[in-house]
Amino acid sequence: MSRLIRMDHTGHTTLAEWTADDPAAVEAAVDAFRAQLELGYFGMVSTGEGQAEQVRELPTGAELVIMRLPISGG
Amino acid sequence: MATESLPELQAVHWRPLVDERRLARTAALWTATTTAHVVPFIGAGALLFAVEPLALPVSLASLAHAWIIPELYAQRGANVVRPKRVRAAAEAERVSVGLLGDLVGHDARELHARTGLVLERGAFGVWLVGPAGALLVRPGGRRVHCYCVRVNDPELPTGDRIAHLLLALRTDERGFATVANLAFSGARWRVRRRLDRAQRPALEAAARAARALDRRAMA
Repeated sequence: MSRLIRMDHTGHTTLAEWTADDPAAVEAAVDAFRAQLELGYFGMVSTGEGQAEQVRELPTGAELVIMRLPISGG
Repeated sequence: MATESLPELQAVHWRPLVDERRLARTAALWTATTTAHVVPFIGAGALLFAVEPLALPVSLASLAHAWIIPELYAQRGANVVRPKRVRAAAEAERVSVGLLGDLVGHDARELHARTGLVLERGAFGVWLVGPAGALLVRPGGRRVHCYCVRVNDPELPTGDRIAHLLLALRTDERGFATVANLAFSGARWRVRRRLDRAQRPALEAAARAARALDRRAMA
């Protein structure tokens, strides 16, 4: 089961869960992902130890996709 | 680390991208600045005392300035990882630390539980990431760059704040160091003295890891 989560004031919120063989769940996850991009979030996936990648489309094969906000110098 | 650029770089497009050469130059500049602050005060203090021993209090005041100015800079550096008041609910904190734990290995998780900082190895050295800043311990472990960098949502729990920075760092280390504001660069011992006691083991662990990086680079 893959998950799309957003880091927010609750710790994190699960926005969507899907499996590759459930097109309706995938479609809902893609919509949820795009909605978060519209809100200014970035999609992130871990790509190995100490590595992450920003994604612009929902990688439906990823186990976990995390939405994060922009960072800036303090 | 991945090679894709951080999108946040667009907000600081005028800044040159940080690389090894720039880090070395920044370190040299900070050393020169510190020397320029310290040497005149030491010289003036010594000269005053040599010319007029009765001016000892003024000499001591001058020497105190030579000590205090670098300490203030180091304090500014250590402040980037100083624990701040937590605004999020306890449950949110717990959930966020759980997610952060999923992103790091056992050792980093354990270190975070003890110190509040996450250790992450990078190409530039070893990073210690906190909720509103990060320390970069350079290979060899003797120099630390202190960066002020954060996610702009004060309501986020600390685990999430660290996870934001960690994911950005893992995406593009050069971009991360470019977006972040450098607060201090100097000797590790100066920063260590100014850290909270609970955080010092994290700096020591990072220094050990940075020494190992240095040995690997020389091998």
